[in-house]
Amino acid sequence: MGSHAMFVPMVTLRRARLAALLVLVLAPRAFAQFEIVGSWAARNTEDISRDSYPVDYVGLPLNDEGRTRALTYNESQLAMIERQCEGWPQFYFVQGPFGLRIWSDDDPIKGQAISYTIGAWEDRAAMTIWMDGRPEPSKYAEHTRGGFTTGKWEGNTLVARTTHMKAGFLRKNGPPSSDQAVMTSRFYRHADILTVLSVIEDPIYLAEPHIISKSFQLSAAPISPIGPPCVSTFEGRPLGESVPHFVPEKNPFVDELTKMFGLPRDVVLGRRETLYPEYRKTIKDKFVPPTACTRNCGAAPPR
Amino acid sequence: MSGRWISPPESFFRKLSFLALAIALVPMPAYSQGRGGAAPPTARASAPIDLTGYWVAVVNEDWRYRMVTPPKGDFRGVPITKEALQIVNAWDPAADEKAGEQCKSYGAGAVMRLPARLHITWQDDNTMQVDVDAGTQTRLFRFAPAAAPAGAASWQGDSAAQWERGGGRGGPPAGGSLTVVTTNMRAGYLRKNGVPYSADAKVTEYIDVSPSPDGQMLVVTTVVDDPRYLLQAFIVSSHFKKEADGSKWDPTPCSSRW
Repeated sequence: MGSHAMFVPMVTLRRARLAALLVLVLAPRAFAQFEIVGSWAARNTEDISRDSYPVDYVGLPLNDEGRTRALTYNESQLAMIERQCEGWPQFYFVQGPFGLRIWSDDDPIKGQAISYTIGAWEDRAAMTIWMDGRPEPSKYAEHTRGGFTTGKWEGNTLVARTTHMKAGFLRKNGPPSSDQAVMTSRFYRHADILTVLSVIEDPIYLAEPHIISKSFQLSAAPISPIGPPCVSTFEGRPLGESVPHFVPEKNPFVDELTKMFGLPRDVVLGRRETLYPEYRKTIKDKFVPPTACTRNCGAAPPR
Repeated sequence: MSGRWISPPESFFRKLSFLALAIALVPMPAYSQGRGGAAPPTARASAPIDLTGYWVAVVNEDWRYRMVTPPKGDFRGVPITKEALQIVNAWDPAADEKAGEQCKSYGAGAVMRLPARLHITWQDDNTMQVDVDAGTQTRLFRFAPAAAPAGAASWQGDSAAQWERGGGRGGPPAGGSLTVVTTNMRAGYLRKNGVPYSADAKVTEYIDVSPSPDGQMLVVTTVVDDPRYLLQAFIVSSHFKKEADGSKWDPTPCSSRW
């Protein structure tokens, strides 16, 4: 009895030593290559034109189908009760104006991250990046607004692949995304800067992959892991009314950016050739810049 | 299963401990270069990633601030000081031309954000050369021990470069990135329409490569710190696609208007 009582703690001790040795040997390959957990503030010094205007597809490589579909979009759709809380697809995490709160769910024995989660905003679902090697669901599995994301470390880069998103929008002003869209995001950390490179592939609406890169800065102030709840309310559109839309050829906003900034229509409508430096040659002699900025020119510095 | 723990002999743990210690302490070959009296490897020889080749900017972001000259007075997104605002409002491209300063928006604080092609080569074993066709600019990233010249300030300034290596503790190098810190620049513009940075500015760049659906991509994260004209760091990340050759390379002179 007495020797057996002594045996149990010895066994526990030896098991612990064995586990510790295995962790020591295997840990370098199993743990995160940099610390991604924390609050990352958006500085909003880039990609600032975003979605301020109803027809602003500048910088997007839309194909004809995507462009036509985009031109049907009417923002009054958001007044429909059933659409008010739809939210935006995961592309929005790297396009929106907010910071990121990222946390991990760790294996309590091995200490490895099972997943990282990028917290939700009011109008974007949380993104859980599964790091445990689980496969993607069948292509017939349910598609959700948040999609399904797997991740892996490639050297010092976290690579996340998001699939199974519902059809939605590439930007808030109507350029569409299909349920076949795939987003591959790479997270690079340098000092207190987190840079995300997201490549969106969509065989239905894009002529080539759409690329977004954005940097965030580590924040000592915590960023909320969730947004406020979305509460739908009556905004003047009774249930059962038709969906507000435009006939593509008659979208009244199609020339707005041309009038305001002198941008050619090909640019406004997101043609792929407008994304490359050589396109400047084709507009050099035609482009007439506005004489001065009259609105949305920048935040005045403090006095 | 009610199996019983079969305790290995104590000597087994001692051997396993020595083995683990040996694995943990033996440096990987790539990390050990340069120790033990051997000459340290050159920056070119020890490069964890290959940046050489032709790269083209893909302007998915800030199109109307990069591809065309924005209107006077538009500094949206740049956290400028009150002093900088005076320069923004006084921007006069004709005056810049007259003063021979039409390259002000092609300096190191802005050059990687231009709609441009890059041609990256090694000038020597410890100096990387980055040619930019827009404005026909050349940057030199000098790795230690190559000494940066302490001469007069220039549009591209003096750039000190350092590799950051990937891979976990004790693991083999797996990729990496390049960090470049540039100082000694002439005062320039962050944007063509006269949003300024001063001669006191410091530009820190982090350069990463990534596979892409149709080849390879370069991501340049640029952090501009300027105690005079910026309230906080101005941070942008710009992406490029790799091109097979230089057939689209198109050097153009600086322009203060276009």
